[in-house]
Amino acid sequence: MTSAADLESLIRERVFPFPTPHFLSVSTLNRPDAERLLELADAFVAVNRQDEKKLSLLRGRTLVNLFFENSTRTQMSFELAGKRLGADTMNMAPRSSSISKGETLIDTAMTINAMKPDLLVVRHGASGAAELLARKVSCSVINAGDGWHEHPTQALLDALTLKRAFGRVEGLKVAICGDVMHSRVARSNVGLLQTLGAEVRLVGPPTLMPSGVDRWGAAVFHDMRKGIDDVDVVMMLRLQLERMDGDFVPSTREYFRFYGLDAEKLSCARPTVRVMHPGPMNRGVEIDSGVADDPAVSLIQDQVEMGVAARMAVLVALDARANGAN
Amino acid sequence: MAHSQRPLALLGARLVDPASFCDGPGGVLVCDGVIADVFRGSDPGPLSADVEVYDCLGHMLSPGLIDLRVKTGEPGAEPKETLKSASRAAAAGGVTSIVVQPDTDPSVDDPAMVDFILRRARDIELVNVYPAGASTRGCKGERLTEIGLMREAGAVYFTNGDQPIVNSRVFRRILTYAKAFGALVAHRPADPWLSDGTCATEGEFAARAGLPSAPAVSERIMLERDLAITELTGGRLLVDQITTADALQSLARAQAKGVSALATVSINHLSFNEIDTGDYRTFYRMDPPLRTEEDRQALIEAVADGRAPIIVSAHAPLPAEDKRLPFSESLPGAVGLETLLPAALSLHHEGRAKLIDLMRAMTLAPAELLGLPSGRLKKGAPADLIVCDIDAPVIIDADRLVSKSKNSPFDGRRLQGLVLRTLVDGRIVHQTP
Repeated sequence: MTSAADLESLIRERVFPFPTPHFLSVSTLNRPDAERLLELADAFVAVNRQDEKKLSLLRGRTLVNLFFENSTRTQMSFELAGKRLGADTMNMAPRSSSISKGETLIDTAMTINAMKPDLLVVRHGASGAAELLARKVSCSVINAGDGWHEHPTQALLDALTLKRAFGRVEGLKVAICGDVMHSRVARSNVGLLQTLGAEVRLVGPPTLMPSGVDRWGAAVFHDMRKGIDDVDVVMMLRLQLERMDGDFVPSTREYFRFYGLDAEKLSCARPTVRVMHPGPMNRGVEIDSGVADDPAVSLIQDQVEMGVAARMAVLVALDARANGAN
Repeated sequence: MAHSQRPLALLGARLVDPASFCDGPGGVLVCDGVIADVFRGSDPGPLSADVEVYDCLGHMLSPGLIDLRVKTGEPGAEPKETLKSASRAAAAGGVTSIVVQPDTDPSVDDPAMVDFILRRARDIELVNVYPAGASTRGCKGERLTEIGLMREAGAVYFTNGDQPIVNSRVFRRILTYAKAFGALVAHRPADPWLSDGTCATEGEFAARAGLPSAPAVSERIMLERDLAITELTGGRLLVDQITTADALQSLARAQAKGVSALATVSINHLSFNEIDTGDYRTFYRMDPPLRTEEDRQALIEAVADGRAPIIVSAHAPLPAEDKRLPFSESLPGAVGLETLLPAALSLHHEGRAKLIDLMRAMTLAPAELLGLPSGRLKKGAPADLIVCDIDAPVIIDADRLVSKSKNSPFDGRRLQGLVLRTLVDGRIVHQTP
């Protein structure tokens, strides 16, 4: 085990300026940058496993979490990432703020901007909201989910999880299953996994596949057994329950029967298959508890752990770009 | 069970088998409920001693009819018709397979209801009964049903019954969702805003009669939407009863573009036009309403040349209390299981269509659409067979129909075609004494 001091110097060696001032989409990352980011994140995993988790890389910086949509794990993950890097972090809860008093998104952003934060983490229900904010503020904006569009740090933490579980991402066959149409996680993962050389498949009922999905460079399956045949990784997506009452899918029981991940369907995949889920899970709807809780198969807890490290890497690299370090 | 019966040879027949394009002398050997052999020509060769022989006396021997559109009252309106009475009517009419509609009370919109219908049919053990599943919950046109589970349970296609699905987004989702299971979706093309509250086709006749009427384009308008959505989604559409020349053209255009759509045509719209309504005879009130003679002629041509490849009875049993009312207050529909064959044969007797093409529209074509093994005279196929004297004169007497409801527009009509024997899985389910 490397000592804490060695680890910190390893990290300082690996820090590099992020390719763009903001992290809004995985399309920002080319393969070398994505791999450097994963290397950097990997070092932070070790930090997070130490008793002493606090570093001073972002000492004096301010990170603001601006979450217009409810989130527990992502918001907490960013907050922990900021704190462990030594930044001051604060969370803005929209319901208790001026947003409920009719202030526009841009007014809110300008107000926050005037208080000079360095890093602004944004989640919003509308696709493109992070992009809009990034044009109006002078700090770095990190997209923590915008509508159905992207959730780039989720894709990064998923790639980190896979890299640590398999030793590589290149050449892995990954089936992304479920509500692809409404999923920002799916869009970001398709992009980043393909950048990193994985073979991506999309599996789900046709009503939950966006039109034009055949142009994403991923094979599309409506039969789950065929879709996960011989894959290394099954990545389940969350399906919002209100979409399963005859709107997009007739019922939760029919969904589970044909698209829920259980041990029987999973047996179509490789024997070494691993299962992922961005959370929170609908047990018995999209995933069976037996699969989700099987430590030999499930990477779901690893994903949560990797989330903090991946976000620490993004924050440090963005700061390196903003302040010209290295 | 019937399968312990002796082998049965039906000999000396005029074999009419659309699958093999055969119309000529021959016979069929039935063993253990399936067709064990098909003989062409007059001499079947030596048969083993235990074979029971039935001499068809030169009458037509063909696959039993498959009727894709049958309404019963079960569950919910059993006085109109039960699965049993409909099965008996079917057997009497030479119909060996019926697809029952899901717009019952409650509707057949979940796998348990599909299972209920199939269990009832097994207990009745007359003809094959296939349930169609509801394409929306309660046939209300709003929410998707469990198409995947119902298909596994045995539903053969999905339909909203007589009610068009108004919401195009819902209709699109159904066709898209059904694609995952390769399921067929049937839809009645009628613009609800034009057709609501009407009981006749707009035109001179309806105007003189003072009946609220819908223009014939109501059908084309909805059909064009349905075809566009079928093209968009890549789904499979069954047009539930095409009735106008205009709509036939729309369908042909879409098919030429590669859209997967087929149409059924009802025996009523092939047999009658709006003038048959005469002085407000409610047995001629149909949904869709009877059309002009030009439309009827166009439908006959479409059946003859295969553009409308499937003929259905559109069997809709209604008791007197639903029909003995002012025309606009009566309910639309007619029983048809027992008159389907002789009525269709009149197109043959009038020289409008070949016998084998008519039989194809009621046997092979529906079987192929649903992927059924029946509908053909082939070794190994289920022994669902009819022997029919296609020339025998019959006078339809509605009171003597087997169906519980007697609302037949053919009452008193002189037709030709008498079913002598009906076999289902080798069992004799009907024979004329």
